[in-house]
Amino acid sequence: MSHAAVAAKRPSTLRGATLPNWSPWAIAAGSLAVAAGIGLAADLQSHIQWGLIAALLFLAGTYGIAARVEGRRQAKDRIATSLVWVAFVLAVIPLVSLIWVTVQRGVKVLDFYFLTHSMGVVADSEPGGGIYHAILGSLEQVALATAIGAPIGVLTAIYLVEYGRGSLAKAVTFFVDVMTGIPSIVAGLFILSLMLMFDMQPFGFAGSLALAILMMPVVVRSTEEMLKLVPNELREASLALGIPKWRTILKVVLPTSIGGITTGIMLSIARIAGETAPVLLLVFGNPFINANPFEGAQASLPLYIYQQYSQSAGSTAAYDRAWAASLTLIAFVMILNLVARGIARWKAPKTGR
Amino acid sequence: MDISTQNTHVPPPTPQRSGGTRKRGAGATRRGDQIFLGLSRGSGILLLVIMAAIAVFLTYRASLAISKDEGNFLTTFEWNTGLQPPVFGVAVLAFGTVVSSIIAMAIAVPIAVAIALFITHYAPRKLGGAIAYVVDLLAAVPSIVYGLWGALILVPHMNGLYGWLNDYLGWTGIFSWDEGAPRAMLTVGILLAIMILPIITNVSREVFRQVPQMHEEAALALGATRWEVIRMSVLPFGRSGVISASMLGLGRALGETMAVATVLSPSFDIQASLLNPGGGTFAQNIASKFNEATEFGRDALIASGLVLFVITLLVNGAARMIIARRKEYSGANA
Repeated sequence: MSHAAVAAKRPSTLRGATLPNWSPWAIAAGSLAVAAGIGLAADLQSHIQWGLIAALLFLAGTYGIAARVEGRRQAKDRIATSLVWVAFVLAVIPLVSLIWVTVQRGVKVLDFYFLTHSMGVVADSEPGGGIYHAILGSLEQVALATAIGAPIGVLTAIYLVEYGRGSLAKAVTFFVDVMTGIPSIVAGLFILSLMLMFDMQPFGFAGSLALAILMMPVVVRSTEEMLKLVPNELREASLALGIPKWRTILKVVLPTSIGGITTGIMLSIARIAGETAPVLLLVFGNPFINANPFEGAQASLPLYIYQQYSQSAGSTAAYDRAWAASLTLIAFVMILNLVARGIARWKAPKTGR
Repeated sequence: MDISTQNTHVPPPTPQRSGGTRKRGAGATRRGDQIFLGLSRGSGILLLVIMAAIAVFLTYRASLAISKDEGNFLTTFEWNTGLQPPVFGVAVLAFGTVVSSIIAMAIAVPIAVAIALFITHYAPRKLGGAIAYVVDLLAAVPSIVYGLWGALILVPHMNGLYGWLNDYLGWTGIFSWDEGAPRAMLTVGILLAIMILPIITNVSREVFRQVPQMHEEAALALGATRWEVIRMSVLPFGRSGVISASMLGLGRALGETMAVATVLSPSFDIQASLLNPGGGTFAQNIASKFNEATEFGRDALIASGLVLFVITLLVNGAARMIIARRKEYSGANA
C-alpha cells in the first residue's frame, strides 16, 4: 500500500504542478464575464471594445495564474499559444467574410439569363444585362495565353532539367524567379509600349500576350519541380536501350510527370484568369459581344467587375452584377484549383518502388 | 514505337528490335535531338529576351516622356501630362507605394508567421492540413475580388477603428482623422496585408516543416516548453526563409493594382496622416489615369511603371538571393 502511494506521488514531484486541462476555458469564461461587467459599468457601446477587453483580461489572467502555479516559463508558453490562436482567428475573419459576402450577394442576380446576355443595351446604372460577353472574352484571352505560355514554359523547364548546364541555365533560372515577381501591370505596360510603337488599338490578343508573360514563369517552376521528381533510373533504362534523348524525354519523362505538369498549368491558368490590370490597359472592355480576339476591344470577367464597380456611380444594380461576376470568377478559379489538385493526387509521379 | 513506354515498367525488350531501331534511326536520332535541344534552349533564351525587351521598351517609351518633363521626374509632386509643357513626377506615388507596403508588411508578416506556426506546430495534424489547403485556395482568389470586397465591405467597417485611433493616437499626427470616408492609406495597407497573407504563410510553412526533427526533439528532451522549442530551434532555422517569404509578399504588395485602385481615393499630395484620404501608388495611378491619357500621357505612365519595375526587380532579386543560399525551399510554386 505504501508502495502504491509512493508511485502515485512520484510523477507529481517530478513534473511540478500543472493547470488542469479545463483551465483555459475557465479563464476565458471569467474574463468574458468581467469584460461584460466593465462594459456595462463604463457604458461602452461597441461590442468590439468588450471583446478587446476580454482578450486582454484573458492574456493577463492566463499569465498570472500560470506563472503562480506552473512557473514563468510555462506561463510564457501559454501566452505564445494563445497569441498564435488569436493570429489564426484574426486572419480567418476577413477571409471568411470575403467568401461569405461574395456568395451571399453574388447569388442575387446570378441566373441563366445573367450568364447568357451581354451589357450591350443596358446602361451601367440600370438592372438587367449579364456577363456573356465577359465570359467569352475571358475564355478566349486565357486560352490564347495558355496556347503561347504553356508550351514555352514546359520547354524551358525541360531545358533546365534535362539539358541545362552552365551559365545560360543559371541565368534562365534566376530570371524565371525574378519574372514571377513582375507586377501584372508592368507586363501590361510592356505590351502597351509595343502597341504604341505600331499605333494599334486595343484588342483581345494583346491582353493574351501580357497574360502569357505572367504565366510562363509559373509554368516553368512547377514543371521543373515535377521533372526533377522523375527518377533517373527511368531515363537511364531508356537511354541504355539506345533510345535517343528526345524520345526518352517525350515518351518516358513527360508521361511520368504529366499529372504534375497539368496541375501546374491549370494553377497558372487560374492565376491569369483573375488578372485585371493588363486587360484594363490592353483589351479596354466592351459592353457588346465581340468574339474576335484579334480585332476590336473585348470584355473580360475581372475587367467587368472593375468597370461595374467604378463606372456605375454607386448604383445597386451594378454592384449586384459585380458581385455576381465575382462569384462566377471565384467559382471558375476554385474549380480549376480543385480539379488541378485532384489530378495531382490521382496522377502523383511514380517515384521508384 | 511503343518500346520506350513499355520500358518504364518492363525490363529490357527483345534485343533484335532495339538493335534494329538504332541502325535505322541513327541519322534521324541526331537530328531529332538537335531539333529538340534547339527548341527547348530556344524557349529558355526567349524568356531572357522577353525580360530584356521589357526593360528596353519601357526605358525607351519612358525616355520619350521624361525628356519633355518640365518638373523633376523623381521629386515633383504633380501629375499634369496635359499641360504645355507637361509637369509630372513620381514622388507622391513612390511615397504611397512604400507606405502602403510597409503597413501591409507590418500587419501581415507576424500574423502569417503565427499561422504557419499554428499549422505546423500547434494545430492537430488533420486540422493543420485542412487549414493549409484553405490557405492555398485563398492565394488563388483574384485581386479584383479583394478589391471589390475592400471597397464595399472593408471600407464601411473601418470607421470604428479610425475613430478609435483618432481619439487615442490622434495627437501623433500620423493617426489624426478628419472624418472623411476611410479610403486612406491605412485601409489600403490592411487590405494588402490580407491579400499577401496566404503567400507568406505558404512559404513560411514550407520552411518550418523542414526544421530538422532532431533539433526540436533535443530541445524537448532538455525540458523546453513548446514556445522555447519554437524560439530556439524553429525560428532560427527558418529565419532566412521567413525573410524571403516576406520579400515575395512585399513584391506582390508593391505591384498590386486593382485592390488599391478600388479602395483608395487618390490625390496628388502627401498626407501626413495615414487616416486621411490622399496619395497614390504606382500601379493604382496607372490604372486610374490610363483611360483619359493621351499618347504622351501613356508614355508618362509607362515611365512610372518603369520605376515600379525596377523596384520590384530589386526586391525580388534580393529575395531570390536569400533563398538561393538554402536551395531546398523556393516560393515560386506557392
